[in-house]
Amino acid sequence: MKNIKFLILGIFFAIVLSKVQAISWYRFYEMFKFKSFHMFGIIGGAVVISAIFMQLFKYGKIKDINGNKIVPKPKKKGFINTIFGGTLFGLGWGISGACAAPVFVILGFELIPALILLVGALLGAFFYGLISKKLPN
Amino acid sequence: MDFILQPWPWFVGGPLIAISLLLYFYFGQNFGASTNFETMCTILGADKFSDYFNKDWKDQAYALMFVVGLIIGGFIAAYYLIPNQSIDLNPTTVEELKNLGFSNVGNQYFPDEIFGESAYSSLKGFLILIVSGILIGFGTRYAGGCTSGHAITGLSSLQLPSLLAVIGFFIGGIIATWVIIPVLF
Repeated sequence: MKNIKFLILGIFFAIVLSKVQAISWYRFYEMFKFKSFHMFGIIGGAVVISAIFMQLFKYGKIKDINGNKIVPKPKKKGFINTIFGGTLFGLGWGISGACAAPVFVILGFELIPALILLVGALLGAFFYGLISKKLPN
Repeated sequence: MDFILQPWPWFVGGPLIAISLLLYFYFGQNFGASTNFETMCTILGADKFSDYFNKDWKDQAYALMFVVGLIIGGFIAAYYLIPNQSIDLNPTTVEELKNLGFSNVGNQYFPDEIFGESAYSSLKGFLILIVSGILIGFGTRYAGGCTSGHAITGLSSLQLPSLLAVIGFFIGGIIATWVIIPVLF
């Protein structure tokens, strides 16, 4: 099964997020209140080291498992969608303390509340799909 | 073993997250989590309502395996790797949350006021979670990514849309913690 490596990577990533407390509601609350360096250190550190990896991808120093050059997909462009969509996500993130990957990790900690969050996230993605053509980009 | 059971410091988190991203790309895919929300909608039949979901979800099977891993990893962490969920919070945060009526502040990862019984025993508690979830699902799709896809992958590959998205994430998060949480509690 060729996707088993993603399963193992998911387990690893979930354990990392859990152990560094990056799934904790309190950690995000403190981040948005600028009361603790913890989350800024984690996200900042991840971005800086990832940026080094991106340069190594760009110059072909690291290739993928099949020997192909690694090229990150360009993100969809647009001012209103990224800022406004980002703000809506930030509201949900700030209230619940959960972003997209942690929603799944939290199932292991608080099963029913995390299921409610997940059902909400699926409804949200569904609404977006229904009206996406009518939204400004 | 002692190190495994203790909370890990922040400077361990950044590198390990970056290694996860590296492996994800090494395995031939783009790192991110929020696309799974629309893949799951497709599997549940959303393609009958909108062409937007008219995609072959089998292309996303790797990402769904990652999600299964996240769930398994969450259970392993919760039951075996974190004997003590207390968090070393700033004392002013503890005071502030107590004043808002939060109990047991920082003694577990998730406050009872949001993740406790009220989530399914009271309408208000249920609405807080379901509406947050809707905002997360809708917002990540509208913005084209989440914390992993935009804040980590997008920023590190110097993409402008990701910078805008992250600014949005913080506008929303700041409004939520400074304005909405005090109104709700």
